[in-house]
Amino acid sequence: MTRANWIRIERRPTLSPWVVLGVSVAAIAAALIAAGIFFKAYGVSPWRAYHLIITGALGSKVGIAETARRTIPLLLIGVGLTVAFRALFWNIGAEGQLLVGAIAATGVALFVPMPEFLRLPVMFVAGFVGGAMWGLVPAVLKVKFGINDVISTLMLNYVAGFIVQWLILGPWKGPTARGFAYTDKFPASAMIPRIPGTTVHWPTLILGVLAAVIAYVWVARTRQGFEIRVVGENPHAAQYAGISQTKVVLAVMLVSGGLAGLAGVGEVAGVQRMLLDPAKLSLGYGYTAIIVAWLARRNPLAVIVTSALFGVIMAGGDVIKVSLGLPFQLVNVFNGLILFFLIGSEMFMRYRVSFAWRKR
Amino acid sequence: MRGIVKRFPGVIANDEVDLVVRQGEIHCLLGENGAGKTTLMRILYGLYQPDEGEILLNGEAIRVASPKAALAHRIGMVHQHFHLVPTLSVEENVVLGLSEGTGPFLRLRRTREKLNRLAGEYGLQVDSQAKIWQLSVGQQQRVEILKALYREADILIMDEPTSVLTPQEVDALFGTLRTLVDDGLTIVFITHKLNEVMEVSDRVTVLRKGKVVATVETATSSKAELARLMVGREVVFRIEKATAERGEKILEVKDLHANNDRGLPALRGVTFDLYEGEILGVAGVSGNGQHELSEVLTGLRKATRGTAYLETNDLAKCSAREIADFGVAHVPTERIRAGTVPNMTIRENLILKSYRARPFCRWVFLDQNAATENACHAMREYEISAPHDGTAAKNLSGGNIQRLVLARELSGSPRFIVAAHPTYGLDVGATEQVRQVLLDQRAQGAGVLVISEDLDEILQLSDRILVLFGGEVMGIMQTAEAELEEIGLMMAGSHRREVAV
Repeated sequence: MTRANWIRIERRPTLSPWVVLGVSVAAIAAALIAAGIFFKAYGVSPWRAYHLIITGALGSKVGIAETARRTIPLLLIGVGLTVAFRALFWNIGAEGQLLVGAIAATGVALFVPMPEFLRLPVMFVAGFVGGAMWGLVPAVLKVKFGINDVISTLMLNYVAGFIVQWLILGPWKGPTARGFAYTDKFPASAMIPRIPGTTVHWPTLILGVLAAVIAYVWVARTRQGFEIRVVGENPHAAQYAGISQTKVVLAVMLVSGGLAGLAGVGEVAGVQRMLLDPAKLSLGYGYTAIIVAWLARRNPLAVIVTSALFGVIMAGGDVIKVSLGLPFQLVNVFNGLILFFLIGSEMFMRYRVSFAWRKR
Repeated sequence: MRGIVKRFPGVIANDEVDLVVRQGEIHCLLGENGAGKTTLMRILYGLYQPDEGEILLNGEAIRVASPKAALAHRIGMVHQHFHLVPTLSVEENVVLGLSEGTGPFLRLRRTREKLNRLAGEYGLQVDSQAKIWQLSVGQQQRVEILKALYREADILIMDEPTSVLTPQEVDALFGTLRTLVDDGLTIVFITHKLNEVMEVSDRVTVLRKGKVVATVETATSSKAELARLMVGREVVFRIEKATAERGEKILEVKDLHANNDRGLPALRGVTFDLYEGEILGVAGVSGNGQHELSEVLTGLRKATRGTAYLETNDLAKCSAREIADFGVAHVPTERIRAGTVPNMTIRENLILKSYRARPFCRWVFLDQNAATENACHAMREYEISAPHDGTAAKNLSGGNIQRLVLARELSGSPRFIVAAHPTYGLDVGATEQVRQVLLDQRAQGAGVLVISEDLDEILQLSDRILVLFGGEVMGIMQTAEAELEEIGLMMAGSHRREVAV
């Protein structure tokens, strides 16, 4: 009779995990199809491109190592972001928090005299504290002055990037770098051990998995986790129940920033072993991890899976860049499409949509 | 309207509803909240499309695709929550959406003349150049009615029009409605208040759970019959209220001042006492400081001046958490927005305030078993009906949400209870239960502050009644000596009683 009758949109009373999984997989599939159009436009068969991505990222030891290397920062940052997002703090600033963590670790690695067996542990602590401090700035701005968290976290990314630039061109420019814009190479005691023959700094990977488990327990089982969920689900009820929003926001940003800082330590001390240009240091992990956390539906444990998935996409992106001569930006387009479809798919988790053509 | 069916996810809001309204009558649609009254009228006004059924106007089938189409058929509606632009003037609001004047220019002179004529005819006086925000709620309602009349509506739908009015304003409104009907208009009047039905309507159609139960002539019916039709069983109008001994003074509020959300004074020197084993009812038209009073007493709003001593603690200077720890229970106005976390489980909602200490928390971890045990106990005692304690609060009905809030707030025998609109939007069964629970607390010696816009509720529950107007106490009186008319005048701010009880 009317338009309203042939599409029926109904609220789902409960949300089963299978629906979440199904909708998420469908969103990724839709993104793959949409990205296929771009491959086609470059004259490359989408099938061939996807085949190359998979085999390139997972088909060989080198590929798996490259995937793992990219998974590590995504995992650490992604776990932190799920916690922040749970409290409805939109931390878009993990990129900057990663860089500040890297700066702190570099400072300890190159300029602080100390017993060598302590250097690496202290670097991790310094990186965590650095990232956490950088994360606390927008948190304090929000709770004290009501400044929008999206904007302040995002803008601080640029500030952190410029600080790194300044350091590597100025005071921290390495005497042995022969005029290039990076610091000296780290001493052996400041290098995170790798799996031989790869750049997989495994201690950081273990740290990431531990972080995921601890964050899960924190949010789901503890008193403060309860507060985080109440603040995130209904700030009015939190106020009514006397839960301090300030404490919750500061706590989640301490952890979220700190974990991003640890990712920064991993990149400088595990992969590059020096501080260098921000774009080379991070490859946009802070932004990609937003998609990782969102795909995990804000569940820290699920980040273990989703970060690996994006590790594959990033490593596979390198492969198609080399073997098909496609721009790496295509990977960013692809990531963007996944986020687009994921956010678009939220509605299908809350509502059931069915089509009914009425016969009349 | 014939055979109207409207389905929403999980419910049938209207199930084969037939409604016949005769020209020139005031026809009441009576039913509890959720009975489908508003849905039915929204279909008539074109806001919803029916899944089945048809609408006939003067014998002809019509299709009402939108409110615009409804107006073309001369059907107008005054919503429960007004649709006015606060910063525009009365006449600007009236012509909103119409094309008056020539080209891009507004010509409001003729509008003004027509408005003044309508206002004069029907007793709807309002300054046509005043801005909406300057008007009282009653005046705003007049603007809504004028809007419909200006569009030459023959059928006027009024959705719970009296819920925001003082008794005197209600009388004026009923007068206006009768004049309109005398001039040949037809009025459909949605309400769940029996008194209004008896007073104003010619005929009444009773809806229950989306179905028409009966259509009767008001004159040949009775309040008891209508109540039975509406609820589906016999209703006792008086609940037993035992006389309770008034005990020690528990709360002493002195010269309390506070601002509203816009930073304007909302409480101006409120002073009263509350005793153990007493229910003090706070009456007043919405927006006269009741909300702010409940927030200051529960730590959600800062007082700008004054004190509120609960024994030795000044509530005006304490945080929400401290006040909860003193044994103060708060049944909030917006029970879904503030009182629960919709996406969390019943179990978790029940420990919203007690999660920090034993038995629910051991060291830093929550004890799920203790929470489950607590939930099972509360669900039994307060008759919260849900599949299990892991059900999300958002899937509960309004009555069950209020039972959940009460179960949480009244656990641990509070000394002082602030209950804001405790039965607003609840069905008759849940209302009775909630009121009984509050009376039980009073019998156990708690001091209870009941804030309500429902005067019947205030009269039924309270030992004493306090009337707020413009943030000031207009008077406090014993319920036994209270007269409805006097309370009405105090609610309207035109009468003040010496505060000495």
